[in-house]
Amino acid sequence: MDITGRKLFVRALLEEGVDTIFGYPGGMVTDLMDELYKTEDIRLVLPRHEQALIHEAEGYARSTGKVGVCLVTSGPGATNTITGLADAHYDNVPLVCFTGQVPLHLIGNDAFQEVDIVGMTSSITKYGVTVRDRKDLGKIIKMAFHIARTGKPGPVLIDLPKDIQVQSGDANYPEKVNIRGYKPNDSVHVGQLKKAYKLLKSAQKPLILAGGGVNIGQAGEQLQAFVEKMKIPVVTTIMGKGAIPTNHPYYIGNSGMHGKYAANKAVAACDVLFSIGTRFNDRITGDLNEFAPNAKIVHIDIDTASISRNVVVDVPIVSDAKLALEKLLEWAEPKKTKQWMEEIHAWDVENPLEMRRDRGMTPQMIMEGINREFPDEAIFVTDVGQHQMWATQYLDFGGKKKFITSGGLGTMGFGFPAAVGAKIGNPDTPVICITGDGGFQMNMQEMATAVVEGAPVIICLLNNQYLGMVRQMQQLFYGKRYEATCLRRRTTCPPNCKGPNEACPPYVPDFMEFVKTYGAHGIRVTKEEEIAAALKEAKSYTDAPTIIEFMISSDEIVLPMVKSGNPMSEMILK
Amino acid sequence: MKNRWIALYVENQVGVLAKVSGLFSGKSYNLQSLTVGTTEDETISRMTICVTSDDITFEQIKKQLNRMVEVIKVIDLTNVPLHMKEIMFAKVLRCSTADKEEVFQIAKVFDVQVADIGKDSVLLECKLTERRINELIALLKGRFKMIEVVRGGAVAVESISTSCR
Repeated sequence: MDITGRKLFVRALLEEGVDTIFGYPGGMVTDLMDELYKTEDIRLVLPRHEQALIHEAEGYARSTGKVGVCLVTSGPGATNTITGLADAHYDNVPLVCFTGQVPLHLIGNDAFQEVDIVGMTSSITKYGVTVRDRKDLGKIIKMAFHIARTGKPGPVLIDLPKDIQVQSGDANYPEKVNIRGYKPNDSVHVGQLKKAYKLLKSAQKPLILAGGGVNIGQAGEQLQAFVEKMKIPVVTTIMGKGAIPTNHPYYIGNSGMHGKYAANKAVAACDVLFSIGTRFNDRITGDLNEFAPNAKIVHIDIDTASISRNVVVDVPIVSDAKLALEKLLEWAEPKKTKQWMEEIHAWDVENPLEMRRDRGMTPQMIMEGINREFPDEAIFVTDVGQHQMWATQYLDFGGKKKFITSGGLGTMGFGFPAAVGAKIGNPDTPVICITGDGGFQMNMQEMATAVVEGAPVIICLLNNQYLGMVRQMQQLFYGKRYEATCLRRRTTCPPNCKGPNEACPPYVPDFMEFVKTYGAHGIRVTKEEEIAAALKEAKSYTDAPTIIEFMISSDEIVLPMVKSGNPMSEMILK
Repeated sequence: MKNRWIALYVENQVGVLAKVSGLFSGKSYNLQSLTVGTTEDETISRMTICVTSDDITFEQIKKQLNRMVEVIKVIDLTNVPLHMKEIMFAKVLRCSTADKEEVFQIAKVFDVQVADIGKDSVLLECKLTERRINELIALLKGRFKMIEVVRGGAVAVESISTSCR
């Protein structure tokens, strides 16, 4: 018996095991929404903006391991998801995003709310397609879920014209799909891997660089076993944070622009850099000519195109991280690295990550407080900026803790909605959003979603009244000319302001008043003694989200820092 | 930096050409020519692509093409025995009678057809290697007042027992 496209849409979602979708209605998806009304097996979350919607789906997907599903209307509904698609593409988040489209006969007519969303997003999706024939609908949805979750995961966009939604056709949802141009790698070249292992075995100063691929491939356990067996130190990228517990004796810290001194020194000094699941982004390498100058480089990555793109490698291996590590574990034997480890520890003693206690409440103290209050299972989600770097530097990871951050695209406005999505997917796990006053304001309308959807996240808002990361660059490299970074600035301010003073206007908004309008909780913290109590109080609120607003100094900067494009050895430490 | 050729089998679907060409512009790859047509299987198109690049970029181009879902197969034609030809129409305008005679002679030497003729113009229809076409254009440009050239881009197929590129 034939069924309509809209019925097949819901059937497909159920067959794919989808129980939650993030949707915003509009003219070209009303039929799909109407069909969802009739099923009780799929929860429809209604965010307050499509950009936040897709970040919520990202947070949901990254915290649950499931595919995040979005449903938005044509035109502005679709274009509002573009930032999130790019974010998911960069950080390899499995998403299937359905966009409504005007009926086929109107495409190309500049119809109301018509845009070529597939064309616009072709470089930021793993795959995107407009359904042009009702008979292809089932196959396309099947393909979309398959492509989104296999290989290197990513976002897939399905553009669904309104007439396809109501047209009758085949009721079957295919069980399997064969795509002749898409065969994700599911094996590892043992010969190459052996070559890599021999190189590692022969090294005097071996170092493992673990990227986000280790976390996405859920290969943390294998990595840890390999490290312990071979006694090799590890550095991570920001996306690789948590791949190995941060208190592990062989873990050094993050490398890169705001990495630990010892980690960047180790990369510069190592003779074999054994890298897994990283794309050697410029934030990790700095000046490419001086990156790991003494090292032979092994690179394991599931994406052939990531290998030898930025850094020319000596042993390339195309493989899933877990698969490669499992094989490596069969061969692993202890190495003598005591002297090398001592050398690294000496660097750490020379320039540790600072934890100053002599100038009031510092961001480091806040991270320390969060570590103390959430020692076990918790999901930490950050926005983008200084607070994000402090979180990656100072938060403890290991065990059941998860870390979600916008690494590749660096999307301000990501943190809060992603945290709401994570909470919706993990209602019994504490979800802590670490954010700044700038990034939070980019999507703070989601307080409504969090309240009505019952997602009591804890928002640790580090308020320095500035767009701090840019302010930091202005402070260090632009003669303290704070153009467009002060969030208190008004037209009445003097033109050449050199920083906060007593004549400054009040801050907008007052977050404590803001939470009240939503029926959420607010705690303002100004002194370090209040940190622990505030976190405890926030934990006690399970009915609605809580903002803990930490009033920190505008002068706090993220250190160490390497200026963009400089060699990683040129770290600014003080 | 040198010229390299790729044969690309892709799904014959709406938007695939835009996606492939978008990759070249988006990643700043230097595309020289791109031709496309269907194969014996009408669900599959074959593109012949010429790019100018260094070795590392060319490797990256092949990998990036390979990871597209719509791309079925990438073949590097750079160092493969081939038959490769390009089609060109060249119109010689504002010809005197003597000019026309010369065009006919050039057509004979290059072994190309005179496809059309008028009071003061001649149309040549050429199917030559890319190098011969470049030479012919240079010759026509040097000899005549005004020419109009339409090039089709190279198409190539792997050799059976002989080759010509």
